Amino acid sequence: MQFRDTFKISVKGLSTHRGRSLLTILGIVIGITSITLVNAIGDSAKSMILSEVEGLGSNNVFILPGKEPAGPSDFGGSILNNSLTARDLESLGRKSNVPDALSVAPIVFGPVVASWESEVYSTMVIGTTPELVDIYGLGLDQGEMFTADDVTQASDNVVIGKKVADKLFGQSDIIGEKIKFKDNNFRVIGLLQEKGQSPFVNFDEIILAPYTTAQQHVLGFRYIQRIAITATSPEVVPGLIQDIESTLRDNHNITDPKDDDFYVTTMKDLANSISTVTDILTILLGSVAGISLVVGGVGIMNIMLVSVTERTREIGLRKALGATNSDILKQFLTEAIILTVLGGIIGIIFGVGLSFLATIAVNRIWGLNFPFTLPISGIILGVSVSTIIGFVFGIYPARQASKKSPMDALRYE
Amino acid sequence: MPLISVKNLSKIYETDGSETVGLKNVDLVINEGEFVAIVGPSGSGKSTLLQVLGCLDRPTSGEYILDGKNIQDYSDKELAEVRNKKMGFVFQQFNLLPRQSVLENIKLPLVYAGIDEPERTRIAQEMVDLVELQERADFFTTKLSGGQKQRVAIARALANNPKIIFADEPTGSLDSKSGEIILDFLQDLNDKGHTIVLVTHESYVADSAKRIIHIRDGNIEKDEPVITRRIISKEGFKR
Repeated sequence: MQFRDTFKISVKGLSTHRGRSLLTILGIVIGITSITLVNAIGDSAKSMILSEVEGLGSNNVFILPGKEPAGPSDFGGSILNNSLTARDLESLGRKSNVPDALSVAPIVFGPVVASWESEVYSTMVIGTTPELVDIYGLGLDQGEMFTADDVTQASDNVVIGKKVADKLFGQSDIIGEKIKFKDNNFRVIGLLQEKGQSPFVNFDEIILAPYTTAQQHVLGFRYIQRIAITATSPEVVPGLIQDIESTLRDNHNITDPKDDDFYVTTMKDLANSISTVTDILTILLGSVAGISLVVGGVGIMNIMLVSVTERTREIGLRKALGATNSDILKQFLTEAIILTVLGGIIGIIFGVGLSFLATIAVNRIWGLNFPFTLPISGIILGVSVSTIIGFVFGIYPARQASKKSPMDALRYE
Repeated sequence: MPLISVKNLSKIYETDGSETVGLKNVDLVINEGEFVAIVGPSGSGKSTLLQVLGCLDRPTSGEYILDGKNIQDYSDKELAEVRNKKMGFVFQQFNLLPRQSVLENIKLPLVYAGIDEPERTRIAQEMVDLVELQERADFFTTKLSGGQKQRVAIARALANNPKIIFADEPTGSLDSKSGEIILDFLQDLNDKGHTIVLVTHESYVADSAKRIIHIRDGNIEKDEPVITRRIISKEGFKR
C-alpha cells in the first residue's frame, strides 16, 4: 500500500470527525504557541540587548572593583568595593603604563533630586572626565563640555541631558542657569544631544558633573566605581587588558592574580553573559510550555483510543478487504501525526502573530527599539516536537487498532 | 478441481475459562464454480464455518487447503493477502464506509492491493456498471437504499476479481424484492465462473444455490444438491 493512500485515508478519517479533531489538537496548539512565543521574544530581547551592547564599541573595556562574579547571580564580590582610586586613574592614563589606551574616563554615580525654581526632577548624577564624551560618542547640542580644569578644581559646572532640560526648564535657552541638588548650586554649561537608550544608561536622563565634584558634593566618597577605557583598535584589547592588570597590581601591591581586588570586563564578556541569561530564561519558560505539550499529547492519545474502539467495525472491514496489520497501524499513526503537526502549524502561526503584537506593544509602552525576529529555531522546534509528540502518543492507540482480529472487529456492535 | 478442501476442521471458543464448540471435525470440499448455501439454525456454527473458510478467523485445529495451498500456517500478513486477492465478502450489514462515495467504497480492496489510482477508477467504474448503479457512483453510501448498498458491497467484493465470494446472510437486512435482486446478481456471477459460498437461514434463499450444506451443532448434518433450483430471472421484476 502506498503512503499517499494511507495519508488520504487518514485525512478522510479525521475529516469525518472534524469537531472532535479540532478539540483534540487544542492542547498541542496552546503548547506550540507558547514555545514559539517564548522563543520569539527571547530571540528579540537577546538581539536588542546585544545590538545595544555592541553599539558601545568592541574596543571599550571597563574596570570594576572587587572580584569578578562567578555567574549571573553572583553579586557578592562587586558590591561595596572601594579599591579603585584617583591614583589608579592617573596611572592608567599614563602612556608608559598603558600605551594602547586612547581615552580613559572614571565613572561615579548616584541618585539625586535636581530642582530649578519650583520644578523638581529625580535623576542620576554621573561624575566623570571630559574623555567620557569620546568613549560614549556623546555630542553637545548647546554650550560645551566641562574641562580637565573643572575636574581638578572640582568646579560646579555641569552638563545635562535633553530630558532633564525639558523637565526642569521647559525652555530652550538654559546655558548659564543654576540648578540645585544635594543643597548645592550647579551651573549648566552644556546640553547633550538626544541619544536614546545606551547600554545601562540613558544619557538623556542624567546630569554629567566632574567626578571630583560628584565625589565631594554629591556622593560623599573618594573612590571610583568604574573606569572606562577605549583601546586604539579592537585588536589590541587583549594586550590592553594585560597592561591594565599589571598597572593596577603594581598600585595595589598584588603579586598573585588570585588576590585581584578589581576585574576588567569587555563588551564581549558582557554580551556573552547577557546571552547566557536570556538563553536560560528562554529554556526555563520553554520547558514550562513543554509540559503543556505533554498534556496535549496525552489528550491526543486519549481521543485516539476512543476513536479506535469506536471504529472497530471499520478496522475489521478494512482487514477483511485485505488491509494488513501494518496498514492499519500506519493509518492510525498517520492520523495522530497529522493531528499534532496541524496543531503545531496552527500554534506556530498563533505564536508568531502574538510575538509580533507583543513586539509592537513593548515598543509602544516602553519606547524601546525591540526588534521583531521571525523565530526560525522556534518554528523548526515546533514542527519537529509536534511530529514527535504525534508519534509517541499515537503509536499505542495505533498498535491497539492493528491488533484487532478481523472477526472480532466485524462482530463488534 | 477442489478450490477449498478442509479436513478435521475444529473451532473452539474460549471465553472466561469455559469452552464453546463452534465447529467439530468438519470435512468439506468445495470445487471451483460451485454455488453452496450453508444453512442451519442460529448457533449451529454456520457463520463460524464461513468465517474460518473466509480466513477472517483461524481454526483451532485441522487442515485447510485453498487453491492447492496449505494455508493454516499462514501469517496474518499472508492471510490478509489471501482475503484481498482470492476472496470477496458480502455482509448482512453491508459494512460500507459512511461519508464516502460508492466509487471510493468499491476502490477499497484495490487500494490494499496496491493498484494505481487511474487503474482503480477504471475497475471501480466497471464494477459500478456491473451492479447497475451508474447514476449513484458519486453518492455517499448513506444516501442509498438497502438493496443499493448491498449491490455496492457486491461490486466491492468483485473489484479484485476473486475466485470465491463469501456472503453472510446477504438478504437478511433487505425486503424480499431487493433480496431477489441480490440473489439474481449472485447467480449471474456464479454463471460467470465465480465460486459462491452463502450463509442463510431462509430456505428460499438456499434454494437459489446449487448445493446445500446443513449444519447442526458444529457438524455437517446433511450435504445435498439442490434438485429444484430457483432460477431468478430478470424478467420477473424490475431492477
